[in-house]
Amino acid sequence: MTKAITVSGLHKSFGRTRALDGLDLEVAAGEVHGFLGPNGAGKSTTIRVLLGLLRADSGAAQVLGRDPWADAVEVHRRIAYVPGDVTLWRNLSGGEVIDLYGRLRGGLDAGRRAELTERFELDTTKKGRTYSKGNRQKVALVAAFASDVDLLILDEPTSGLDPLMEEVFRRCVEEERDRGRTVLLSSHILSEVEELCDRVSIIRGGRTVESGSLADLRHLTRTSVVAELAGPPDGLSALPGVHDLDVRGRRVRLQVDTERLDGVLRSLSESGVRSLTSTPPTLEELFLRHYQDEAADR
Amino acid sequence: MTAFAVRHGGTRQLAGTGTLLRFALRRDRLMIPLWIAVDALMVLSMPGTLEGLYGTPAERADLVRQMETNSSLRAMVGPVFGDSLGALTAWRVGIYAGALAAVMSLLVVVRHTRDEEESGRQELVASGTVGRRASLTAALLAAAVANAVLALLVTAGLAGQGAAGALALGLGIAGAGMVFATMAAVVAQLTESARLARGLTAAVLGTAFVLRAAGDSGTDDGSSVLTWLSPLGWLENLRPYAGERWWVLALLAGAVVLQGAVAYALAGRRDLGMSFLPTRPGPASGRLGTASALAWRLQRGGVLGWSIGFFLAGVVYGGMTEGAADLVGDNANARRIIERMGGQSGLTDAFLASMIGMLGLVAALWIVASVLRLHGEETSGRAEPVLANAVGRLRWAAGHLVIAFGGAAWIMLLAGLGFAVGYGRQMGPVLAACLVQLPAVWVVGGVAVLLHGVLPRAAVAAWGVAGAVLLIGWIGPALDVPRAVLDVSPFGHLPKLPGGSMEWGPVAVLTGVAVLLVAGGLAGLRRRDMLT
Repeated sequence: MTKAITVSGLHKSFGRTRALDGLDLEVAAGEVHGFLGPNGAGKSTTIRVLLGLLRADSGAAQVLGRDPWADAVEVHRRIAYVPGDVTLWRNLSGGEVIDLYGRLRGGLDAGRRAELTERFELDTTKKGRTYSKGNRQKVALVAAFASDVDLLILDEPTSGLDPLMEEVFRRCVEEERDRGRTVLLSSHILSEVEELCDRVSIIRGGRTVESGSLADLRHLTRTSVVAELAGPPDGLSALPGVHDLDVRGRRVRLQVDTERLDGVLRSLSESGVRSLTSTPPTLEELFLRHYQDEAADR
Repeated sequence: MTAFAVRHGGTRQLAGTGTLLRFALRRDRLMIPLWIAVDALMVLSMPGTLEGLYGTPAERADLVRQMETNSSLRAMVGPVFGDSLGALTAWRVGIYAGALAAVMSLLVVVRHTRDEEESGRQELVASGTVGRRASLTAALLAAAVANAVLALLVTAGLAGQGAAGALALGLGIAGAGMVFATMAAVVAQLTESARLARGLTAAVLGTAFVLRAAGDSGTDDGSSVLTWLSPLGWLENLRPYAGERWWVLALLAGAVVLQGAVAYALAGRRDLGMSFLPTRPGPASGRLGTASALAWRLQRGGVLGWSIGFFLAGVVYGGMTEGAADLVGDNANARRIIERMGGQSGLTDAFLASMIGMLGLVAALWIVASVLRLHGEETSGRAEPVLANAVGRLRWAAGHLVIAFGGAAWIMLLAGLGFAVGYGRQMGPVLAACLVQLPAVWVVGGVAVLLHGVLPRAAVAAWGVAGAVLLIGWIGPALDVPRAVLDVSPFGHLPKLPGGSMEWGPVAVLTGVAVLLVAGGLAGLRRRDMLT
């Protein structure tokens, strides 16, 4: 499988602040890759390195097979970027900005531009300062989706969109994937990530802490189990991977590392199971765990 | 003003003003003292300079007699009302000190009103326990504090020449400052952009200067209607050190109160961030397709404004050339100053050369403003998505730099054409004199490019460089500063045209220095991180 983005051991400091501390990231061509992490984890810094706007202190980065710093212009021909905080020129209309970005990138599909403007319900005649945050974001999104590129880098692109527009955004990302394009999506909206992303990377403190498909990640976390047993439970607390065990008579609640689930089920069935609920971790729990570990680290 | 506010919306219109004022003064803790220092220095250094030039009462009386017959110089500095050192000081720098206070005041007021709204910072501030008119009040109070300090310094510093005159001049300068502070407050309600608010208020100031100049060229006692239409004319008609007419202060105060009331009324009636001159919709699709086209689109308004200004300045200065040279010709010391600025051959040429040299210095302000658009684009975050397209940093920068450096040549050319229109002779030499300023202007621009490329966080220091060059060029020759100081400025090395001989050596060296500075800046820009 070819890689759209390969990053290894990336370091970047701003004065004494260490923004990236050995970050790794791999994005396969054709996938939608979620890029997650708490505020200040280094997501935007990474993206700016990938765009050749910042030069990494050390480590290697390749975007579409090229060095994003040395070959910035060539790489950018095949990239569309939507920043998290879109700033427009006060005296240029949204339509002018869309067309400018398109031409600067090397062309814009006029039909697609019209279609996207319609779908995002964007008034392209308004001028920069008069757009709301969401509408400024739409200007950047229309420009990005209407251009013919191989890789879209989206930095929290939906932070100002209403739920309807977010739905339009999701359809657009799916269409991009169906066309074989690669998307790097930095987002805090977990439902969005869950719905769109094939794989995710979670970073924290400038380092990658987890990377893989959501199924893989779930596997690494705990499943909660609630069971009603026929007889008293036996030996559960001695089992490896069991946490937060709570036994009240014949009712058992526990958390278990998902890879140790087998042993727990075996032990439960020895006592006779009357009812059993097993809940895989929600995405929220998964992320909270990764995000909160940081607090524990501090 | 408080009473006015109360009538229009309860007692809490001014809540938070004190906090905002302290905040504004803290943000301007460098800018305001610097402006005050330059302005006060200009005024307070003048009695000494004049004493050196016109040491005896007889010489001074002679100067005053000549002024009464010289309309050109009157247009430039206003009529002279007395032959004491104090009166001559007020004559020589009064209007300019007032104009400087006006620029300071309009910058302060726009910075803390429209700038804050345009950037969106005001939204957060206004959501606190902050009254609707608190920001405007704080901005005006900040300007008032600055002007009061300036008035105090001028009054105290000139008291030795006579307390009443010193007070009149101090109050007049501060009054002119406050007239433009309140005018900026009104304009800031009308426009949506801070840049436009500053530009419009500065245009009013320019108009005030021209009205006064036109009026004074016709009459020798400031009594022309045109002079009375200009706040700068009021300052001159205060007549410090020449039988002060205190009632003129009432005009200044009246204008301040009236404009302040209008600004307050407007501020209370409009929505945050909105204006009374609303933005019109633009085209649904655009033709802009290159980074250079974008740069031109962003800078064309500035180019237009500076073009008009330079052409008109050329016409005005050209028009007063002959008479001015006549006057200076009779005073050996004044002739020495002009010659030091403009060269040794005929006085008309020397006068032309010194006026053209002044415009060259002003063109240095244009080039810094224009080059620093790169800095503004970068720090506002607008450069980032542009550079994320297939646009190299050099091409992005080149778009703005071509306008900055080419624009400098263009406005100097227009100034030359203006001189040709106003003076009507020597078109070739005058044009050459204008264009010969360019290497020095470009060196200042090159410093700005270098700072932006290598020390981006210090890029605005380019303004300091332009200011220093301006100061050296404007007051250096009059103050008898050592040659070594004058040589720091690239303008000190230019041949004195017209009149002097053309020297290609320094012109070539300065151009080479400018090229190196730009190359160094661009090399730095390629290598460094973009500011985010």
